[in-house]
Amino acid sequence: MLTVKNLEVCYGAITALRDVSFTIEQGRIVTLIGANGAGKTTTLRTISGLLRAKQGGITFKGEDISKLPPHQIVARGLCHVPEGRMVFANLSVDENLAMGAYLKTDKAKIASNRDYVFNVFPRLKERLAQAAGTLSGGEQQMLAIGRALMGEPQLLMLDEPSLGIAPKLISTIFEKIVEINRTHGITILLVEQNANLALEVSHDAYVLETGAVAMQGPSAELRNNPDLKAAYLGG
Amino acid sequence: MSEFLQQLLNGLSLGAIYALIALGYTMVYGVLRFINFAHSDVFMVGAFLGYYLGKFIPENTVGGGLLILLGAMLGCAVLGMTIERLAYRPLRGAATLNVLITAIGVSLLLEYSGQVFFGATPRTFPAVFPSANFTLGGLVISSNQVVVIVVTALLMVGLQFIVYRTKIGTAMRAVSLNPKAAQLVGVNNDIVISFTFGLGSALAGAGGILYALNYPSIDPLMGVMPGLKAFVAAVLGGIGNIPGAALGGLLLGTVETFVNGSQWSTYKDAIAFAILIIILLFRPAGLLGKASVEKV
Repeated sequence: MLTVKNLEVCYGAITALRDVSFTIEQGRIVTLIGANGAGKTTTLRTISGLLRAKQGGITFKGEDISKLPPHQIVARGLCHVPEGRMVFANLSVDENLAMGAYLKTDKAKIASNRDYVFNVFPRLKERLAQAAGTLSGGEQQMLAIGRALMGEPQLLMLDEPSLGIAPKLISTIFEKIVEINRTHGITILLVEQNANLALEVSHDAYVLETGAVAMQGPSAELRNNPDLKAAYLGG
Repeated sequence: MSEFLQQLLNGLSLGAIYALIALGYTMVYGVLRFINFAHSDVFMVGAFLGYYLGKFIPENTVGGGLLILLGAMLGCAVLGMTIERLAYRPLRGAATLNVLITAIGVSLLLEYSGQVFFGATPRTFPAVFPSANFTLGGLVISSNQVVVIVVTALLMVGLQFIVYRTKIGTAMRAVSLNPKAAQLVGVNNDIVISFTFGLGSALAGAGGILYALNYPSIDPLMGVMPGLKAFVAAVLGGIGNIPGAALGGLLLGTVETFVNGSQWSTYKDAIAFAILIIILLFRPAGLLGKASVEKV
């Protein structure tokens, strides 16, 4: 569904990604793990068009999307829930969800997507009129995911959904991520610092180290890999 | 008492015009975080568009007046969007200072091309609306003041509707809050920014007509002072804040009119800028703005 090939991305003189390649098959949950600064967020931002690659290709559903602006990439069914959630703080929960459906015109479809979002995150329905900035971190993460779901993604990219969230809510959110994948068949690319958690919920994993893929394989195998254990999983 | 009410009325009708201009400053600041100094010259072009349209449209009729108003708004919207497209869009992502200097350049370009095309000699703005004076109690109300207040009120209600009730308005607020996140839900920020310039410039065009109705001598530099005052009004209300710009405009126009009617009338402009300095010293976020730390 998504193929990233030999991606090289620079911030001015600093190379953030040297050579990143990976493939995501339809219906899978794929995770990118790695230390801070390994290039996980940069990879997602380049795929969604916020950053431009210096070299390399990004193919989504057979089409080269590496030169497209972000709004056209969203239109193709690739939605990105950014790091730090980035909900529209002064807009209500309702308006945030409406913004998620910005490119959608079919009213009936929008309404059914909303119902689906409320079904996944009932908490959002209780907070509809509230300004998004007044929600708790966990609720904001639910809203950010809900907003992306309103865009009817085929591939959903999640950047650090556990960041800054009460530990109690983290497991809820990860259960929901698995549920979205299972019941709706949405392919998921998950970036996560919490490698244990990420390997637990995902099918396949790629380990990034200083801007390149250092290891890859089925998540279940990587969890038992002694090198990875030592480096990322706390022994 | 009647003198107080008379001054209040005069002040509100001047303030309404400041408010219309201030809205354009504040909306553009909202989406791009810079002060569009060329805005005051779009206001001037609005008045001149009205002047030239007046040559083809019969004077002293309500219908003709409204037609001229709409024509000026439309023309200014196109001008504002063109300025954004040609001057500001290529600088997207550049330092704010570069954009600010460019804005001053565009402002000078409009002022001095105005002198080339329209001539530097002041022109007399035609009486596009029928005019009459009414007396109510001790108050003298001119029909032009009524036009100013009614048109401004309608435009503000319309703006409120666009910004808070429509999809593009929600997108404007979203871009203003977080441009990256707006892109990630599929907003084409360029279109929203262009729309914002169009909307703000249309209001400035309306302001130009309404101003010229009450002060019918127009020239290519006429925008400078009202533009600066409107900028003060936008800062007074809280830059980036739409209701704040309206409030700031009305307040500033009223204060200025009262000062003008007092023994300190020579200082009316000085007082407007003194208000700016005081606001910046004691409440830099403005009356309705929320304090925030701007990363420079």
